[in-house]
Amino acid sequence: MNLLVKNIRIIDPLQNIDEVTNLYVSQKKIAAIGTPPPAKFNAETTIDGTGKLLFPGLVDLQARLAEPGSYYKGSIATETKAAVAGGITTICCPPDTNPVNDCQAVTELIKRRARQAATAFVLPIGAITQGLEGKLLANMVSLKKAGCIALSQANQPIQNSLILKNAMAYAACNNITVMLRCEDQQLKNDGVAHSGAVSSHLGLAEISSSAETVALARDLILVAETGVKAHFSLISTAKSVEMIGEAKKQGLPITCDVAIAQLHLTEYDVMEFNSLFNTTPPLRSKDDKEALRIGLKTGVIDAIVSDHTPLNRDDKLLPFGESKPGISSLETLLSLALKLVEEGVLDLLSAIQKLTQNPAKIIGINKGSLTIGNPADFCIYNPDHDWVLDRTKLVSAGDNSAFDGWQFTGKVEATYFQGRLVYGD
Amino acid sequence: MRLSKPNIQLNAQGKLHHFLTLEGLKHTHLTEILDVAQTFIDPATGEINKVDSLHGKAIMNLFFEPSTRTLTTFEIAEKRLSADVVNLNIETSSTKKGETLLDTLWNLEAMLADMFVVRHNESGAAHFIAKHVAPQVHVINAGDGQHAHPTQAMLDMFTIRKHKKDIFDLKVAIIGDIQHSRVVRSQIQALSILEAREIRVIGPTTLMPSNPDALGVHVYHDIEQGLDGVDVIINVRLQNERMQSALLPSEKEFFNLYGLTKERLKFAKADAIVMHPGPINRGVEIDSEVADGEQSVILEQVTYGIAVRMAVIKTIFDNAQALKK
Repeated sequence: MNLLVKNIRIIDPLQNIDEVTNLYVSQKKIAAIGTPPPAKFNAETTIDGTGKLLFPGLVDLQARLAEPGSYYKGSIATETKAAVAGGITTICCPPDTNPVNDCQAVTELIKRRARQAATAFVLPIGAITQGLEGKLLANMVSLKKAGCIALSQANQPIQNSLILKNAMAYAACNNITVMLRCEDQQLKNDGVAHSGAVSSHLGLAEISSSAETVALARDLILVAETGVKAHFSLISTAKSVEMIGEAKKQGLPITCDVAIAQLHLTEYDVMEFNSLFNTTPPLRSKDDKEALRIGLKTGVIDAIVSDHTPLNRDDKLLPFGESKPGISSLETLLSLALKLVEEGVLDLLSAIQKLTQNPAKIIGINKGSLTIGNPADFCIYNPDHDWVLDRTKLVSAGDNSAFDGWQFTGKVEATYFQGRLVYGD
Repeated sequence: MRLSKPNIQLNAQGKLHHFLTLEGLKHTHLTEILDVAQTFIDPATGEINKVDSLHGKAIMNLFFEPSTRTLTTFEIAEKRLSADVVNLNIETSSTKKGETLLDTLWNLEAMLADMFVVRHNESGAAHFIAKHVAPQVHVINAGDGQHAHPTQAMLDMFTIRKHKKDIFDLKVAIIGDIQHSRVVRSQIQALSILEAREIRVIGPTTLMPSNPDALGVHVYHDIEQGLDGVDVIINVRLQNERMQSALLPSEKEFFNLYGLTKERLKFAKADAIVMHPGPINRGVEIDSEVADGEQSVILEQVTYGIAVRMAVIKTIFDNAQALKK
């Protein structure tokens, strides 16, 4: 099927495109961008994009799709629908499923379910250790062969430094990318909130910034020693930005991401003990939020992720410290990232770059850009559509958004996956 | 602090509907309770007489954590107000059988409770319960995790007022485990609202909150400097867990550094009073000579606890009544 989207402002950071022009799709792939149509192109469908924007489909390095696991929190089918409603067409899902994605069978199950849903491209991330227990290595190469794009420990970082070093060395010689979240469990000490003004007031068990930075310091040293290709996930402190910036300057080939919520929320949002603001890592201080924003601007932080975690209501209907951490955030990733543009933190091209080109490059896939021959994954965005988020109306099976009642300017109007309309009308 | 959100413990008239924390309350909310408490104490005998105020009201004491003193004084206070009282020991109840906290609550609510008095080991548990009970049901926080214990702080303020007339202009020192104490958090808030001149906290950094500035207190690591010229000394209990998590070496060393002894008491004003929310560890945070000494008001605190809790309960029901009219 041939599709023409005309007179639309196309943004493609990889090709440095920001202009009002036409997009041609043929055979599920990008055929051309420009004013004259490619040879022998007859559009069967034409969309007039006047006044709208067109972005490459977003690449999300971390979103939980609730499967395998409990069905009442959603499924790959429901969550990929939520993803495309937010303009995301490629999703990496962490291994903390139930059962854990530490063997080929689970990886294959995830891929099969994603193919059946046929709504977005799902790339599983396998576990580094069996059962994520941090003790015995998972069959890392088998996982890679089965289709895992990288390996990680999700939110259960390896505590034993020797095991971590061995895992990194083994991954390095097999050319496997590891995604590391840095958290020292002993320093975390069962804490539930950032150690700062709010935890001092509320008497919530504290997680100091050093719980992240002590682990990060260790991990940086081991990455340098083993030469593994490492990506740091969900950094949350000002000091982490500084340390990663310094390591990059010294030539360490590392990348990192930040969860979108950390760029908009702080410890003060916890003030009413609202469990919707319970996250891992915890919402940090205002200074941390500012440093993360600056880190994005300077390029220390490469990508923004949703860290989507759909939960059922009972998981949040508990006192703060007993509730499950996590935010349902596929549908707000793009809108919240573009709020950073409104607030002057990023220009439009860089914001889209952190959601498309950069994450695609980190995992080495030909997605996140409108290069000719790439799969036709893109979204059409109406910048004048004002809306208010009502968390009970989310597409995701998890209604645990922390942005209920927020006002947004601009909304995804349609999303195309492999040239096919998967969201919008 | 950002506290612009509506305070869930206040009703449409800005009066107490629940009593969860002192944070966000005004001077008048506190003085009203202290004044009402005073009316329950017989000026001649100093005893607390039974009144008929809450005839027909059902109060459930929901204790998810063991307590003797707080539970008993609440029960006495409720009975002196002529309410029907049910004590629920959660050890023997359904949350152990997998029922969620909310299901337990809704069941009890269906039994027509008018008020829950709640103690729970999670900070914020009382807020959580208050958010989910029916609008006509009241919640009093009898201690939640390390967050707040507002009735204890109010009885401490009552005790101070008994001895010092006005809290305004007083220097108060709190010694011991500040970080892990819900009582201290509430005391600090009460003292700030009642405009105490200075609030000092004394102890090692490992027992201090990570952000004392946010609480508006001055930190002293040296007890003699900290006690210098204060009007009120509040001692808090040191729990054994603190040694296990390497926050302190030993009880002995703590006593050597921070134990309240007769010699150290001399640094405070001559008429300073010594308080302790109990239960006390003699020879750990306080010397027996001081605990049983002339300046100690520790046992008075317990008696006043009944009057103050009566006042909190009655004020809440009166406010609800006033709202109906």
